[in-house]
Formats: sequence, C-alpha cells, structure tokens
Amino acid sequence: MREALEGSQAIARAVALCDPDVVAAYPITPQTHIVENLSKLVAEGDLHTEFVSVESEFSAASVVLGAAASGARAYTASSSQGVLLMAEVLFNIAGMRIPLTMTVANRAVSAPLNIWNDHADSMAVRDSGWIQLHCENNQEAVDTTIQSFKIAQDTDLPVMVCMDGFVLTHTMEVIDIPTHAQVRKWLPPFVFKRALDPSDPKSLGALVSPDFFPEVRHSHHAAVDKALPVIEKVDASWAKTFKRDCGGLLTVEGPEDAKVGILAMGSTVGTLRTGLEHHDGPGAKLIKLRAFRPFPADALRAAVAGLDSLIVIDRAISPGLGGILGSEVKSTLYGMPNAPRIHNHAIGLGGRDIPESIVGDLLSSIEDPDAPAFSVFDADLSMLPPEDR
Amino acid sequence: MTTTDNTKRVARLAELREKFGRHPVEPQEKHYQGGSQRDRQPRFCGLESGHRACQGCGEALAARLVMECAGPDVMVANATGCLEVFTTPWPQTAWQVPWIHSLFENSAAVASGMEAAMKAKGKNTKILAFGGDGGTYDIGFQALSGMLERYHNILYVCYDNEAYMNTGIQRSSSTPHAASTTTSPAGAERMGKRHLKKDLLSIIAAHHIPYSASASVAYPADLQRKVRYAMGIEGPTFLVVHSPCPLGWKHDSHVTIEVARRAVECGLFPVVEVERGAVANVMPIREVRPVADYLGMQGRFGHLMDPNDPRAVEELTHLQALADYNISHYNLRGEGEDPADTAGITLVARDRAAGES
Amino acid sequence: MIEYRIHGRGGQGSVAAAYLLASAAFEAGHTCQAFPAFGAERRGAPVTAFVRIDNKPIHLRSQVRTPDFLIVQDDTLLLDREITDGLKPGGAMIVNTKRSDDEVAEAFSCRTKCIPATELAMEYIGRPIPNTALLAAFLTMTGHLPVDALAAALKGRFKGKLLDNNLALIQRVTGMVEPGAWKETEHA
Repeated sequence: MREALEGSQAIARAVALCDPDVVAAYPITPQTHIVENLSKLVAEGDLHTEFVSVESEFSAASVVLGAAASGARAYTASSSQGVLLMAEVLFNIAGMRIPLTMTVANRAVSAPLNIWNDHADSMAVRDSGWIQLHCENNQEAVDTTIQSFKIAQDTDLPVMVCMDGFVLTHTMEVIDIPTHAQVRKWLPPFVFKRALDPSDPKSLGALVSPDFFPEVRHSHHAAVDKALPVIEKVDASWAKTFKRDCGGLLTVEGPEDAKVGILAMGSTVGTLRTGLEHHDGPGAKLIKLRAFRPFPADALRAAVAGLDSLIVIDRAISPGLGGILGSEVKSTLYGMPNAPRIHNHAIGLGGRDIPESIVGDLLSSIEDPDAPAFSVFDADLSMLPPEDR
Repeated sequence: MTTTDNTKRVARLAELREKFGRHPVEPQEKHYQGGSQRDRQPRFCGLESGHRACQGCGEALAARLVMECAGPDVMVANATGCLEVFTTPWPQTAWQVPWIHSLFENSAAVASGMEAAMKAKGKNTKILAFGGDGGTYDIGFQALSGMLERYHNILYVCYDNEAYMNTGIQRSSSTPHAASTTTSPAGAERMGKRHLKKDLLSIIAAHHIPYSASASVAYPADLQRKVRYAMGIEGPTFLVVHSPCPLGWKHDSHVTIEVARRAVECGLFPVVEVERGAVANVMPIREVRPVADYLGMQGRFGHLMDPNDPRAVEELTHLQALADYNISHYNLRGEGEDPADTAGITLVARDRAAGES
Repeated sequence: MIEYRIHGRGGQGSVAAAYLLASAAFEAGHTCQAFPAFGAERRGAPVTAFVRIDNKPIHLRSQVRTPDFLIVQDDTLLLDREITDGLKPGGAMIVNTKRSDDEVAEAFSCRTKCIPATELAMEYIGRPIPNTALLAAFLTMTGHLPVDALAAALKGRFKGKLLDNNLALIQRVTGMVEPGAWKETEHA
C-alpha cells in the first residue's frame, strides 16, 4: 500500500514484514528512528521478535551474530561511530559466513564530530567481506531491505543495506509497503545450514593456522564474487512479483550516444538526475551503482563502453589517496580498450548540501585540462589558511 | 578429538590404537564405557580429551567439570583465549556440544543473541558463555554487564587464571597484588603488580542477578553442585572458577589442585555463593593456612619469599592482610564438622601428598 | 513542483509541520517529499524543514533554496533578515505572530499573512504548537490542497480528543482568512 512515510519508519515496517526472530540495536543518529519504530512495533504487538536493547553497537553486532549462528533471522542497524565500533564483529560475522542484515544509515565519521551524511562509515568496513548495497530512495531502501534477507540466506553472507542518513532516513515520501502476506510468499523462511544445534553439534569459529587460512580467504572472496548473480536474480524475482526493481547491480540512464557519464551511489543519484534533466547541452549518462560489494566489474565495463569521460562521485575519501569509489572504478577499467578518462570528485562530505546546479559545475570541470585527478569538489578553499589549500 | 575429515580421523584412531595398545573412545558415543576409571563413570563428556592444553591446566579441568553437569542440551559461546585455542585447532574440535567462538570481548553478547534465538524459537536449550579472566574482568566486562542487566537465561563461567595466559602471561585486572607477570615483572623498582585483584564477584552481585558464585578446581563436587544449581535457574547466573595455570603461575604441573586448594584455605580466594546480591553461603575454612603456604608454591610470587628483603616482607604482610580481610568479611572461619568445608571434601585429598612432596 | 521552507524553533513542531503538509499532499493524490535540515539543535534553537509537492516522482534531494512559500512558526525568527532569502518572486510568507500583515509585509517586501497561531493553539489544543493553525490558514488561502487533506493527515497522526481539538482549530482558522487569496501563487 502506498503511504507517505518517513524513511526510517518505512525501514522498520519492511524489517517487520520479514519476521525477524532477533533484532538487536543501539541508538545512534541518524539510525535512531529505525530502532525506535521497531521498538514501537514490538510494544504495540505488531512485531513478534526478540528485541535485544544492547549496551553498545559492539554487542548489537555480537548479538545478531550469535542469534543468526543459532538459526535465527537477525537484524541490526547502525551509523558512523557505531559501525566503526562494530568493525571487529563485522569482519567476524562475514569471516564466519553468517547470513544476516544490517542497515547502515550512512553518516560521516568523527573527528571532527559530524552527524550528517556521507559514506565514510560503510567505506571503513568495505573490506570486511559483507555484501554492500546502496539505495537511491526510500522505496529502494524498503525493497532492498526485504531482498537483503533473501540474498543473505542464498549466499551465506551478511548484507549491509546502505541508505543515506537524514537524506533518506529522515525524509518523508510516498512509499509502497508490501503486505505481510506478499512478503511471506516471496521470502522463504530463514535457513542456515551450519546453524548451531544440540542434536548435531558443530564448532564454529575455530583457530585456523597458516595451513588453511589462505584457502578460507579464497573461498570467502569467491563467495562474495558469486553473490553478483544472486543479487541480480533476487532483484529480478522481486520485480516479477512487485512490478518494480532496484536496479540489480547497476543501472545506466541517459542518451545512448552520450560521451560523458556520471557515476554515483545512493541518494546523490536523484539530485544528479534532476540536475541532468535541467541541464542544457549534450546529455550525459547517469550510472547508478547499487552493488558496491561485490563490485560489479563486468557490468561496469559494459556500462562505460563508448564514454570519453566518466565523472565518479565519491561520498567519502581516503586521505592520501583520494576517492575510494573513484580508485576502484579506475582499477576496474584499467587495461580496457578505449576506457574513459576518469574525473574523480568527492562531494557532500559531512552532509554538505548537494545542489542540482553541481551537475553543470561537474560537466564543465572536465573541460579543464589542468583539473586535478581528484578533488573535494564543493570545498571552499578560501575558508582555509593558505598552507592548507 | 573429532576431525571434520572422517578418513583422517579413522586413520588417526588406528594409529593411536597401535601406539598405546588401547581402544580409543569413539567420540560419537556420548555415554561410553571405556577402559580407565574415568571412562567407566557414565558422565556426559562435553569437552573431549585429546585437546592441546598444557599439562596440569586448571582451566581444561574446570571446563570439563562444568560440561559434565551442564550438557548435552546446551550451546556454548567461548571468548578468545587458551580454552578456545587448545580445543579447536581447525579442522579439529574437542567439543561435543554446539560451540561458537567469535571474539575476545563479546562472548556474553554472542551468548545473548543465542539465547534470544532460542527464546524466539521456543527452545529450552541452555546457553553457556565461557571466558577467561581477561575476557571477563577486562575487555569483555561491558558485554557481561549488559548480559546480566538484560536478564538473559545464560550461565556465564569465568575460568580465572589471573592473567592473560594465551598471549604469554600479561597482567589482567584479576592478577593478584604483587604477582609477577610479563607486564608487571618484579624488579629492582617494582614488586610485581602494583594494584589489587578486582573484586568481580561483588560487581556481579551488584547486578542483583539470581545467582553468582565462586568455585575452585580443587573442589570439583562443590563446583559441579554450583553448575547444576545455576543450570536450573531461569535467568543470568555467573560462576568464577579459580583455575591455576602452571605456566603462568610457575608451579609444577602435578600440583595444580594443591595450589588451587591452598588459595582457598588461606583466604585469598574466597569460595562463596551470592543470591540476588546477598551472600547466601560460603565454603568454611577449618584450618586457615598462612598465605605464604600458597604463595610459596608459585614462581610468580618468588620475589616475596626473601625474608631479608624488607619490600618482600611488606608485600607478604599486605597479602596476608588481604586474606585476613576476606576471612573476616565473608566469615570464612569454620567451626566443627561440616561436610561442605575445605577439609570435608575427600574427593581430591589424594593429591595433597603430591603437593607437599 | 511547489517548494516550501518552514522556519521554527526546536520544540514547535516544525518538522512535524513539514511531515503534515507532505502527508496532506499525499492524501490529495500528489507526490511529496519532506525533510528537516537536521542539526544537533536543542529546544528553542532555529530549525528549518523543507517540503516539495509535485505530480510526478521527486528525485531532487537538495535543500529548498528558492521556495514558493515560507511558513514561519516563530516571529522572533523575523529578526533574521535573511529568512526570506531565495523566496521566489510572487511567493508569499505566512507568519505566526500577533503583528499585522502590513507591518511584516513592509519589512520584508513580500506578501504576508500573519496568524496568532500560538494563541489559537493554546486555546484549542492547550499547547503552544502553531503548526496546525498555520497550515490550515495557508491551505485555505492557496487552495492548492483541500483543507480536508490536512484533516486526513492529522487523522494519521493523532486520535481522540487531541485530534478533535486539532480539527476544531482548523475550522476556526479557515474562517479567519480569505479563501483563495493566494490562489494564483500556486503556479508561482
């Protein structure tokens, strides 16, 4: 049913539709409304789940680890510092190949303290071995949340559903929430073959010596890689039932013959789309990357074929390197015949508002032969002392 | 030992049979009749023999005793530490119950999740959480406090060997005052650890959980009674088991039990039971030993044993005062016959001669 | 697309006002988007919220820089001369104040309607939350969403006596302003 809902409220409703056995979370801005709404659903009797109000994000992640390892469908959510506090457990969950879902309400990482949106938090754990999917709007966030439970159990991997903090979590918009019956029909009951069970005792989390460790890592890498077709298949199955999709691994919009492309993840894509619609001049392709892990290298190479220039928008940086997404795109396209020239910019760090006019600025910046390989595009350097510019 | 590769396991069993001329026990048989006295006792063997603990490991003994009366309808969350490392070197495991190791500091939280899962599924399987003193007193303390406060139906067992033994004997907040460890070494300027052993049981008691207790590997009947009692309680329960580490405490492997017993008999490790925050029971000591009887057996207190060193005398006096305080605080001094007191336990008295040899 | 900017102070229901307006738009069959310029603000600090209403999907996520309408929930915010920045030519501002329309309109050179919304809210709801009164007045004057849609949105948030009081407040306010006075600015 279509309703005007705040993003967080919609996510809580979506999680509830998936009948999680265990939910554990610790409050942090801007994730709070998600867990508040889940708590309310539990208090009102609309969600029957073991809601564990933990004393830290570290324990939130540990509780869902233990729950899922015991055969329970488990869910948690966090942001920023919370994600970093969880980091050790996140690597552990993925390393043990435990399927569960976590929403990351993306937020900048301190210091300096900043509660607003960028992607520094999920990027900081990009090598943890989780699947990471980014959502452009709240409809996609709802649909991806429900899909993530299926992807997790089909791949035996944890799935991080990334949605921009405030920009999505605190925005009310019209969202179509499926019915419980529809979701129950589409989403099979939770199954975890290696679950702990006293009738068939297993030990999980053994000490693995150098004799076996590289093989374990290889199989983890292969498993995340193999999630690529699963993500596509699950989205296709979703589209068949619910008559809308989330864009599989990535989507490409815009004129076929465009020579310039802009690639971004998350809610920024919406603003860029509006900016491109209103922009005069030759059109550009807009590439929306949904799957960041696994990284859809083949799909990306196909998407950029024919482009002369590709502007890669980062919402996080790796100081001393530059854009994270930008460097991954570059390495993916390395050696590709006629690969486009990459222009990498970070925008909207720490919640700096992204106006639609940025599209014109980005497109004209590629004409500048002296433009740096990477920039924090919307930084006003005049605010800095000369030595820091 | 169970290996995941059955062919290897069968070959290994044949090899052992050849070598020792004894029929090794099939690990699948949970209630087996074997050759030794221990094997003939029909006890649940949750932690199998054949693991890689050191000789005389107090923790391995304590864990076996706990599992005997806890299993088999249990699941274990184990913190990183010796117990985890010596029982599960991939692809082997010594555990006959579902067992999970995640991290050093989260066994209480992982156990919380397991318990929540059991509740959600309507199962009665009891969840156990295990940690050493590092994982309990120090790095996992917050998760433990959260677990107790949230009232999960979990028995948390801390195997207290009073230092970070897995990483090579570094001091923890459970290390006793004046003990020498690799990060609190005794030297010209220092007499071992400068701080006191954290009174964890009082902190646990302040959570007003149904039951918390201390126990010692020297008193297995007492330890197992406490485990059984805790297993029957619906709610959080906590047990700290004093478990000597021959390597870290620097004593011979064959005197583990005697060392543990003397810790109790001198009053430095009070064996008590706490219900809802109030002391409900203590193990009385009929013949109180001087602390030097306990400390003198261990190399970690060797620097206190020089009567000509005034610093050593001072610290020894200090430790005696700590023991005296425990005895008076918990009213440990026993009078008359009491089957539960330190002298009344006959089961392990056989070891006494060995300790004094 | 019509864009709104709501100015208020923490605790006055400014974000709730944005959500109410968006909900009303949804009830009237439009697409909508409402979000706060959220800060670490505490009670009493200036708060801004934004609303977009359209008849097709809204992709733009930027803050509203050139609003068609301003809703000001606290007249002390008028001390900030930049409050009307970006207001589109022909746009209008509704202000919660006891001052006269002309006094405020002159100071900011834009069309202005002043409503003593706090006093009305105290009278009807017993709490100094001006948003219902302001939105009711605003919708009556622009006519671009039926006032019934606001009532429907309120029914989604409140029930019982609080809802009844809010509905009564709407009735009162719609009688205080000229229906359709700002109708042409719908397409500003």
